[in-house]
Formats: sequence, C-alpha cells, structure tokens
Amino acid sequence: MQTPAPCGYERATSVDGALAALAAHGPTARLIAGGHSLLPMMKLRLATPEHLVDINDLDELAYIERDGDVIRIGAMTRHVELQRSALLAEHFALFADAEAVIADPVVRNRGTIGGSLCQADPGEDLSAVCAAIKADVVIRGPAGERVVSMDEFHVGPYVTAVADGEILTEIRVPIRPGAGSAHEKVERRAGDFAIAAASAAVWVGGGTFADVGLALAAAGPITVDVTRVGELLRGQPPGEELFEAAGAIAAEDCMPMADTRGPVDYKRHLVGVLTKRALRRATARALQQEA
Amino acid sequence: MQVTITINGEEVTRDVEPRMLLVHFIRETPGLTGTHWGCDTSNCGACIVRLDGQAVKSCTVLAAMADGHEVTTVEGLERDGRLDPVQEGFHEKHALHCGFCTPGMMMASRALLDENPDPTDEEIRTAISGGICRCTGYQNIVAAVRWAAEREAEVKQEA
Ligand SMILES: Cc1cc2nc3c(=O)[nH]c(=O)nc-3n(C[C@H](O)[C@H](O)[C@H](O)COP(=O)(O)OP(=O)(O)OC[C@H]3O[C@@H](n4cnc5c(N)ncnc54)[C@H](O)[C@@H]3O)c2cc1C
Ligand code: FES
Ligand code: FES
Repeated sequence: MQTPAPCGYERATSVDGALAALAAHGPTARLIAGGHSLLPMMKLRLATPEHLVDINDLDELAYIERDGDVIRIGAMTRHVELQRSALLAEHFALFADAEAVIADPVVRNRGTIGGSLCQADPGEDLSAVCAAIKADVVIRGPAGERVVSMDEFHVGPYVTAVADGEILTEIRVPIRPGAGSAHEKVERRAGDFAIAAASAAVWVGGGTFADVGLALAAAGPITVDVTRVGELLRGQPPGEELFEAAGAIAAEDCMPMADTRGPVDYKRHLVGVLTKRALRRATARALQQEA
Repeated sequence: MQVTITINGEEVTRDVEPRMLLVHFIRETPGLTGTHWGCDTSNCGACIVRLDGQAVKSCTVLAAMADGHEVTTVEGLERDGRLDPVQEGFHEKHALHCGFCTPGMMMASRALLDENPDPTDEEIRTAISGGICRCTGYQNIVAAVRWAAEREAEVKQEA
C-alpha cells in the first residue's frame, strides 16, 4: 500500500496568505483543496509536490450566491453543496444532474469545484458543465486578479490557465433569459468516472435558440467544447431532427481514446446519443416542460 | 509537525510527518484498528470515518488536515456499552461476511440516518455507494440500515 512522498505542509488562513505561501515555496508548492484528486496522485507518485498549502480553512471561498445577473460560486464550494443548491437548481439544473453521478456521496463531501476545474482531468464532469454554461473563472495571483472564459481555461491535459503561484477563486455564470440545461453521463458502475458525458445549455427566445453550449467529458485529451453544435442550432426552432444532427456533429468532433472504458467507435456512438439526450432535456427545461 | 485530533471524544496528540494519512494516524496512534485500509485509489470506502460529523474517506485526508478537528470511528458508535442501532442492524440482518468493508459501511450509514432518519432503499444504496463489499451483494446491508431506521423510529415513539 502506498503513501505520499515526504512534503511540507501549512494551512492558509486567507487568499493572500495562500498566495504568499506559494510565492515563498516556488513552483514545487501546490494548493490542496479537497485532496481527492491530489492525494491519490501523490500516493501513486504521479504528483510529488514538496510543499502543500491547505486552503480548506478559506470559508471566504465557499459560497454560491446571486449578484445581479450573475451567479458566483466560490472555488472551495464542495460537490455536495453544488448538488443541494436551490439557486443552481433554479437556473442551471445540470449541476444537480452532474453532481448526482460525480464519484459518491462521501467523496462529494470533500471534493471542490475549484479542485475539479484545476485538476483538468479530461474525464472530469464539472469542466464540461462550466464550459456548456459559458462560465468565466476568476484567477488571483501576485499581480492581481484576472477573469478568464472557460474556452481559454483548458490549456492541455491537466494544464489550465492557472499558473504556478496563482489561485482560482471564483466561477461566474451569467443568468440569461430562457435558459435550460442538462448533463448526461454513462459510467461503468456507480461512482466511476464517465465512459463519456455531455453537458448542454440552451437559451431559447421567441421560439428559436438564442444560444447553445455543448461540451463533452471523457471524449478527448481535454474537455471538448463542440462549438459546431452551437453554430448549427443558433437561430433555429427546437426540433428532434436538429438534435439528431447535433449528435452526429458531436460524435464526429470528439476525440476519444480507447481505454479500459471502451473502444473509440463505441465512445463516439455514446457521445452522439448523450448529446442528443442532453440537448433534448435542456430544451424541455428551457420550455418549462421537464422531460 | 505536532497534530492534535479529537478521536471519539478523546484528544490525541502526536508528532507526525505531514504526509501521514488520517487512516494511519487513527490506526497507529490510539491503536483504533477498526478503521480499515483497502485501496490506494479512494474507491473502497473501508476507511470511512466522520470528520466534524461528515462521512469522509480517511485515506484521502492528511492527518495534518484533521489537526484541531473531531473524528468519530466505528469504535465510537457504541454508547455506554450499548451497540448503535446500525451495529445491531448489521447483526440482526446478517449484513457482513468477512467484515472488511463493515466499519466504512456503518459510518456511511450512521451519517445517512443522522441526516435522513427515514431513507428509501434507493437513498441507502446511494449513501453506501462509496464503499465496496465483495461478500454480501449489498442486499443485507440495505436491510440492516432499514432495520436501524425502523428501530430508531420505534424508540423515538416510545420515548
Ligand atoms: C473515487 C473517486 C471518484 C471520482 N469520480 C469522479 C467523477 O465521476 N467525476 C468527476 O468529475 N470527478 C470525480 N472525481 C474527482 C473529484 O471530483 C475530486 O473532488 C476533484 O477532481 C478534485 O477536487 P479537490 O477539491 O479534491 O481537489 P484537490 O485534489 O485538492 O486538487 C486538485 C488539483 O487542483 C489544484 N487546486 C485545487 N484547488 C485550487 C484552487 N482554488 N486554485 C488553484 N488550484 C487549485 C491542486 O493544487 C491540485 O493540483 C473522483 C474522485 C475520486 C476519489
Ligand atoms: S482505503 Fe479505500 S477508500 Fe480509503
Ligand atoms: S463483508 Fe466482506 S467485503 Fe463486505
């Protein structure tokens, strides 16, 4: 049985304190949030940080709140809080869809949205969720704060726009009229990462799609934002043939790899089916006729 | 570094390496070996304890992260020499064979009942889905948790 390699540890009591600790220890220091991606990687020696900065005491980063036409989610918000949030259920039902199938309730008590996004595992669900709803993320560093859109956030597998010495503090989601959203996932067994998953968000106005976001988890080396689906659907009235065509596009544009969860052709087929289901459910929710 | 964790109501202090996992702290320092360790991937749930009341996998928390916090292990379920209804339920309903998964299953179940005293079978299955049992097929674990829920409802009514 494995234990992590030796490392240092300290607890941050403020965001500024966390930034100072990262600056003091340089690039071999790492933040630890829920620890449910980082500690398993440390046990397997896939990650060997020399110093851990624990941000679990930063209650200032644990919130889900509405601020005008924006929902702001603090980076230390745990999965369980996302799953139970009435505010998110009202505006973005896909969070509850995704959280019901992310890991298991015990893992969900600890894992955070900030850790999930920063881990940037291509199989991770919340990156697809945040990409579909066109969220922005707030990153703080020694030089101050910047806001990055989800399409600029994923730089590569396990690499994000958050640089060494920086911290992700907040996820911002604009509230726009006519919204509906859904997350569809197929896994091998309860609590497992997806074989493939699709997040859809639609905004309907005047009988047509004003905007659409569609993103995939476990369907490529990074979260796949299928922009061609949005291009196809925008300006069109919702309809089953359109969902069928969107599914075909997603199946074509995804880049799945064969692994123990299945071969490429199966995953492409699955992406097509899940895309169709997610769009259908998101649209029904937008039209207030829950599928 | 020095770490103090309150385990089942008693403060335990020890000098540890920051990399020490909470599960090892619990097993080695007060010698509470009821909490098991079954995997390296945070999948099996044999190590589930309660940290400030919440069910967590103690193999995926550093002892350092639990410094100053409260932990309850399976040994802490029993009160004044009386088994917890969840423990009684596992006994009544034959919910264990080898017993390896049992401490984690009980801690996840206890956490569920504290929050939701009358869960459906589906809710019980979800609550224990962070644990793997290679023996029972889960059926009797679900029956045991339901038994405990009913027992607690009876006791409440009598009181
Ligand atoms: C058994 C199991 C099953 C799982 N199944 C799923 C699943 O089905 N779907 C899914 O999506 N996920 C799954 N996960 C992952 C889970 O969601 C993790 O909680 C999540 O990926 C990481 O969150 P964390 O808070 O634990 O991050 P940590 O492990 O603490 O951190 C992960 C990385 O992010 C960095 N980091 C953390 N917070 C910040 C921040 N605020 N700013 C900058 N960097 C930061 C850390 O330095 C580290 O590099 C599973 C995990 C386990 C153990
Ligand atoms: S030992 Fe397997 S989940 Fe903790
Ligand atoms: S009783 Fe043997 S693993 Fe559950």
